[in-house]
Amino acid sequence: MLLKIENLHVSVEGTPILKGIDLELEAGRVDAIMGPNGSGKSTLAHVLAGRDNYEVTEGRILLGDEDLLAMSPEERAQAGVFLAFQYPVEIPGVSNVYFLKAAVNAMRKARGEEELDAMEFMKLTREKAKLVNLDESLTKRAVNQGFSGGEKKRNEIFQMAVLEPKLAILDETDSGLDIDAMRTVSDGVNALRSEERGMLVITHYQRLLRYIVPDRVHVLVDGRIVKSGDGSLAEWLEDTGYAELGSASV
Amino acid sequence: MANTSQQIDQVLRRDYDAGFVTDIEQDTVPPGLSEDVIRFISAKKNEPDWLVEWRLKAYRHWLTMDYPGWANVHHPPIDFQAISYYAAPKSSEDRPQSLDEVDPELLRTYEKLGIPLHEQEALAGVAVDAVFDSVSVATTFKDKLAEKGIIFCSLSEAVRDYPELVKQYMGSVVPYTDNFYATLNSAVFTEGSFVYVPKGVRCPMELSTYFRINAANTGQFERTLIIAEPGSYVSYLEGCTAPQRDENQLHAAVVELVAHEEADIKYSTVQNWYPGDENGKGGIYNHVTKRGLCEGRRSKISWTQVETGSAITWKYPSCVLKGDESVGEFYSVALTRGYQQADTGTKMIHLGKNTRSTIIAKGISAAHGSQTYRGLVRIGKRAENSHNYTQCDSLLIGDKCAAHTVPYVEVKNRSSKLEHEATTTRIGEDQLFYCRQRGLSEEDAVNLIVNGFCKEVFKELPMEFAVEAQALLGVSLEGAVG
Repeated sequence: MLLKIENLHVSVEGTPILKGIDLELEAGRVDAIMGPNGSGKSTLAHVLAGRDNYEVTEGRILLGDEDLLAMSPEERAQAGVFLAFQYPVEIPGVSNVYFLKAAVNAMRKARGEEELDAMEFMKLTREKAKLVNLDESLTKRAVNQGFSGGEKKRNEIFQMAVLEPKLAILDETDSGLDIDAMRTVSDGVNALRSEERGMLVITHYQRLLRYIVPDRVHVLVDGRIVKSGDGSLAEWLEDTGYAELGSASV
Repeated sequence: MANTSQQIDQVLRRDYDAGFVTDIEQDTVPPGLSEDVIRFISAKKNEPDWLVEWRLKAYRHWLTMDYPGWANVHHPPIDFQAISYYAAPKSSEDRPQSLDEVDPELLRTYEKLGIPLHEQEALAGVAVDAVFDSVSVATTFKDKLAEKGIIFCSLSEAVRDYPELVKQYMGSVVPYTDNFYATLNSAVFTEGSFVYVPKGVRCPMELSTYFRINAANTGQFERTLIIAEPGSYVSYLEGCTAPQRDENQLHAAVVELVAHEEADIKYSTVQNWYPGDENGKGGIYNHVTKRGLCEGRRSKISWTQVETGSAITWKYPSCVLKGDESVGEFYSVALTRGYQQADTGTKMIHLGKNTRSTIIAKGISAAHGSQTYRGLVRIGKRAENSHNYTQCDSLLIGDKCAAHTVPYVEVKNRSSKLEHEATTTRIGEDQLFYCRQRGLSEEDAVNLIVNGFCKEVFKELPMEFAVEAQALLGVSLEGAVG
């Protein structure tokens, strides 16, 4: 099992947000987590990536057979956890390729591998930019600075392509995108589906799942997974709405 | 967040590597300032009468001046009678004629600081003048420079060997009446470097002075004078360190640059004076007057500074753009952490027609550091079609530091153009988390972000100093080299 979440309870400043999540993800699978605003979707993404200020009060998370919660954010990244941010952050003066090279080499070093030299790295980024259809000029600009919403999201997918994670978490990757941008981003994600990789696609809307077709859909309402099913569950939700599934507001 | 900023503080709270004391026999005067002390200094250096008189005029003027209170720095009043105004290693009583005669303890000091004084071991392409407290201990590559007619020596030697040049230029850019600290310096200056580049000569190597304060309770008052004749070029680097001491020490220097027609002077500083401990005890009070005169048409003066040290920094490297079409530049990175305070910036005085100036100032404040950018752009009536571009950016790390920007602008004609941009940003939890999620350690993440912020300035530094700046800020050299 790639990822195993058991009875996960998480509070933020004393308020319980996640109230007992159980979830398993195998490598090669793409699962969607859907839910209304405030249901705890982004909290789950952040807890998996190791962000501060989320208090795990109960439960555990295993990545393979490692205790994910005992690891720092960078250790998780080095172990193959990748989060595509809902709001990618700008880093002025630091070029995208330089940033990625630092990231790739930090991870290679952590795994005891040789660092890539400039030539090898250029080759890698050129290849991956093509794969996710990213304009190569963007790789030379400062990280996310002056990028449009669509470019930022595409850049996240580009980073994912270069870093080749085991577990990719896509947090509201569709938010703020028009249909064309969403299609481009989805094509990138689909190009990165692989037998060695598991993905968690977090979204409010069903529309993204028309392009990134999930193996399973889990519906998160008020900190609990209230329903799981195959891809058709997303379509059912689109027709019926979250309200049918219980307590939370939509 | 509190947790994160503590972690960042730790990353930034590096030990001061240059804080050791060299145990060497010193020749000093007792603390205190009087005409006798000035005569003593002058006699020690066998100075001509005109120079003693010049010093005394400055001293008498200084006595009439008020202590300047306008800078945004706070410290107890400086007791100028408690400072010793002269300290020299004993062994230089009879100045060494070659490096072999220099006290080995001194050579080891510079080796420890990474400044090799033996020419065969020296960085290729850098000539060094090393100033230890009040005297110059060695100048390298002198002969090679002399072949091109370039003079690079200590100011004392220049007074002895080239009195006419010194007399003509000293005080011509920063007069002895200029300001409290410059006037004090004029009275008591003890050493410094002198550079003269003849007409049409491009100086083939970087010239560098390395200042070191060692003795306790002394001030360092050096004076540097650089003259670039028409069509010449010189790049000059200045580095500074001091031992870790609990008492505050005063450093009040004066630097004067003169660029004649189509001459080009590039002056870079990496200032790493002891900043005091983490509670704000000790550290150097750094009050420096640096000014360049673009005397001739199409001359150019460029200041680049990386300021990481000193408890107090008070410094405004400036350009007087007198020649038509002359160019002034100021690139600055200043880091304040612990309880450091910096009030720094520049003055661009446009007098000639079609003059241009650029100011890029980057301030980084961490922990309890306080930082003020203070800049003046003055465009005179005659300075038609002049242009200034100013950009001031502040980066805050943590929530106890401060950044201020105080730009002054005076324009006396209608054809000139000024642009001013300013930003203040904070290294946020968001940026750090983003970097860590991509596998970078927190320390690497801070370095990466700070380095990105400073990039526009680092790329102006000569290679050798870019490396030193990297070591100092603990940043990687992204994009600045190669």
